[in-house]
This record gives sequence, C-alpha cells and structure tokens, in this order.
Amino acid sequence: MADKIATRQAYGEFLQEEAAKNKDLVVLDADLAGSTKTSMFKKVEPDRFFDMGIAEQNMMGVAAGLAVSGKTVCASSFAMFAAGRAFEIIRNSIGYTHANVKICATHAGITVGPDGATHQTFEDLALMRTIPGMTVVNPCDATSTKLLLRQVLDFDGPCYVRLGRASVPVFYGENDKLELGKGHVLREGNDATVIATGIMVSAAAEAVDRLAEEGIHVRLIDMHTLKPLDEDIIVKAAQETGKIVTAEEHSVIGGLGSAVASVLAEKCPARMKMVGQHDEFGESGDPDELLEKYGMTADDIEKAVREIL
Amino acid sequence: MKRENSEYYKEIAKRVRIDVIKALYHAGSGHPGGSLSAADIITALYFGEMNIDPKNPKMPGRDRFVLSKGHAVPAQYAALAERGYYPVEDMMTLRKLGSHFQGHGNMQKVPGIEMSTGSLGQGFSTAVGMALADKLDGNGARVYALLGDGELQEGIVWEAAMSASHYGLSALTAIVDWNGLQIDGRNEDVMTVAPIAEKFAAFGWQTIEIDGHDFDQIFSALDQAREETEKPTCIVAKTVKGKGVDFMEDQAGWHGKAPSEEQAKDAVRQLGGEW
Repeated sequence: MADKIATRQAYGEFLQEEAAKNKDLVVLDADLAGSTKTSMFKKVEPDRFFDMGIAEQNMMGVAAGLAVSGKTVCASSFAMFAAGRAFEIIRNSIGYTHANVKICATHAGITVGPDGATHQTFEDLALMRTIPGMTVVNPCDATSTKLLLRQVLDFDGPCYVRLGRASVPVFYGENDKLELGKGHVLREGNDATVIATGIMVSAAAEAVDRLAEEGIHVRLIDMHTLKPLDEDIIVKAAQETGKIVTAEEHSVIGGLGSAVASVLAEKCPARMKMVGQHDEFGESGDPDELLEKYGMTADDIEKAVREIL
Repeated sequence: MKRENSEYYKEIAKRVRIDVIKALYHAGSGHPGGSLSAADIITALYFGEMNIDPKNPKMPGRDRFVLSKGHAVPAQYAALAERGYYPVEDMMTLRKLGSHFQGHGNMQKVPGIEMSTGSLGQGFSTAVGMALADKLDGNGARVYALLGDGELQEGIVWEAAMSASHYGLSALTAIVDWNGLQIDGRNEDVMTVAPIAEKFAAFGWQTIEIDGHDFDQIFSALDQAREETEKPTCIVAKTVKGKGVDFMEDQAGWHGKAPSEEQAKDAVRQLGGEW
C-alpha cells in the first residue's frame, strides 16, 4: 500500500516551500489555520499571514482587496464555509473582478467524517463552477496537489482548489506531468471509461484494476480540473469506449457528473452512470464507513461500470 | 488644494449633482437620492484629499476610494469626469447596453474605479484588504470607503470593522453617508442602525460626527483621520437624501427612480445649471 497523506497536508507543505520564493504571497484563514494547514505558512512567514477570525465573508472581501493591490492571495477555510457561506462575496468581489485569489478549501465532502452533515459539503464544486472565469481544481493526492498548486499560483485570476481532511493514497510520482485544464489518463482501455475527480480517483483505480483482472479494460481519467473542463478527452472517451462512469465525492447535481453529462449531451451522447452523493445530507461517522454507506467506494464504481457494460 | 475655499468645492459639487441628474435622466433608471446625498463627500475626496493622478489612474502608491454604497456611482462617475479622468459626455451612456458606465461601477471598465461594488458591505471589506496591502507595502497610501446607512445592516460590515481595528489600519477611513433613508423607508422603521458612531467606537474605531454637506467639517474630519496613527477612523456624516433638489430631499421614494424630463429640467435649474 502506498503512503497516505491528506491533500491539505500537501497544501501546507506547498505554502511553506512557496513562502520564501514568492514575496507577494499573502495567506488568509478564518480561525482554522491548524486544520487547513495554513499554520505551516504562518510559522515561516508570520508577517504575511492574517487570521481573519470566524468571518469567512470578510475574509473573501479582504482577499479581493489584497489581490487588486497586487498580492497573490491564498484564502482558506473549510469548503462548506469558504464556498458556501461566502459564495456571494466570492462571486461579486473575486469572480466579477477576476481577482487573483486562490480559495484553497479543505475538509470537503463526506470524508470530513465525525463532524457530520453541517461540515460535509457536496455543493462547493457546483457553486464555484457557475462563476464566470473561476478555475476549479480538485486534486486526488498529495503529489498532484503540489503539482497543480504550482500552476494555480502561476496564473493571474481566481481559482477554487478543493482539498480533503482524510489521508489518501499517494498516487502520482513527483515527475508525473499534470497540466491544469487537461484530464490525465491513468489507465488505458476501450470497454468503458471512468472519469474520477479528487479522492475518488484512487477508488476508481482500484475498481478499474479489478475489472482488468477479468479482462474488462476500462479507461481511467483523473479529471483534476473541473473548470475549464477538458471536453476533448471526454468526447474522445465517449467515442472510443461508448460508456462513461463518473466518480466524485460531491453531489451528482452540479458536480463532475453533471459537467460530463452536459458535454456528452451536446457533443457525443453516451450511456452514463454517476457515482457520488445523491441529493442527501451526510451524517457523523468514520470516513470509510460514510463512503460505503453513501455509495462512493471502489465497489460502487465497479458496480456502475458493470451495469452499463 | 484650496481647502479653505469652500466655495470652490461647492461649485464642483454643483456640477457633479447636475451631471448626476442628467445622466440619470438619460439612463431612465438609477439612484438619485443617495448620489446627491454623497456628492459633497465624494467631491471633497477627489478634489481636496486624495493623492491621485487622472493621467495615471494606476499610479503606484496612490490613495484609493471604494464606493461601498455602489448604487451612488453616478456621483462617483461625475466626480471622476470633473476631475479629468474622461469627458463628462461619456457618462451619459450610463446604464445603456454596451456602456462602460454600468449601473454599479466596474473597475475593469472605468478608469478611477478601484473596486467593482454594488452588493452592499463588500466594498468596505475589500477596502480593508487594500489598506492591509498598503500597510504591508509601507507605501503610506490611504484608503477611503463610503458606506450607506442602510448598508450597515449587512453583517459583513461589522466583520470588516472588527478586522480593520484588529490590524490597526489607521490609513483606512470609512465615511457613512447618514441620510436616514433606505428603499423601504426610514432606517428606524426598517431596521435601526443608530447609534452609528457608538457602534464603530465599540469596534475600536476613532469616530467623528459631522455635517456631510459642510466642506470645512468634511476636511477637518479627514485631517483628524490622518492624525490618528493606531485606529481606523469612521466619519459619520449627517446628510440629506436628494440634497439640492427640493422634491427629492428626504424622500425615500427617490432612492431608486430616475427623473422625468420635466423633473430633470427643474432639478438642474434648482441646482443652478442649464439644461
């Protein structure tokens, strides 16, 4: 079994490494620095770290003000409060102004675990996707988090980066090539395609590898960028494999499944199944128990593939 | 600066008010009441207070003004035009399809607009971010935010107020255009915001109460804000909604309604201008 590291941990390490290199980088948090790992930046650059207190709306407004003043801003909180509570401030003060704010939101999805439904967001990707000009990124492991954050900080404009609480398998090597806005083919195959995002990529790989043992060759795509969405790789997969399963730790309403379905409906209709949260709130529990109960495991992906084969 | 000569500023504010009425008439919609109540404050900032350069709107280290009550943008458009950022005629396309002069200001379309505002409370919050950036850069620049009184009902205003005093942003000055009226009526009938100065004082701000139509008082308060080196300053400026046009004064009904041709002509005449 590969090492397991939370993507939020990789974010903290990235900020710490970036601190010395980028003197325009300013980091904001809303009283969750220890959890989001922005505390690792604070430790090395206390003068460019500002705790905004439990006030996510103002944090986003302040982030916009810093950004239009030439700063590169990373603003962090739990995804529920960053994307949810502060949505309209993000929309009007960061999106409409195309401010250079990177909203790095942690504790997304059901793997928040025991904190329960109020803290488990399945809506954040949907909300962020609707904002014009917003780039939306959902890395699957620690290595890709760092590789993608590098590219996220290198462009000028707003971005939402979805990170998790739970430790997840390290999937990529440091020399792997990932490009923002381009899906990454992890397994070749022409019998069907699984398009996965975030922590569901490792579950999808497990499912695809199991099917391969039976001679069912399923293509696996890591769709780490939800916006701009790599439409070409989706259409190609539909043309070459005919059947598509999406997998996300997010509501199937407005998330990866919806995004892929929109592309296919217009450009290349194909048989589809969506693995994700199906219009329900979560509850307390261990992350693995919750993923099982709400149908977001390797077994669920495998089953979905078999259903449309 | 000719701050001692309040007649100079009154003359500019008169032109700003006339521009506002004409632009709103041509637009056929918009917000005259709050634009007229804020006209003197905005004139004072652009003509007698801020370190800005109309020929170089993005001048590094410049002072910045954020119109947090973004619906009063006709007054800001007019002040920027009178200050030389663009010809006054340009703003007569206000609110028309394809115009740079949006119903609420867009920083990417109009030089001199430092932040796109309109959704209440947010401009103030972004001004805190600007003041924080200036403090990090040590450039000595000042940031001004103009808020409406009804706007103070937004929770983000108090989040922003708390953060500005926490980080000791003494270069930030908030000015509350206290005309007492909002869309649905008087503040105290809709949602009480008073006492305003006491609230800001409790949030750690220096507070100054003035008549927002008296240039001597406006400049004196702005000077006092400059002298403060630890706290941000809130100037609570008592104003009259619709100031300068008798049928608009102190009328909530003129919050968001454009004048007819007849009304616009009358208003311009009352303000001492020509149609």
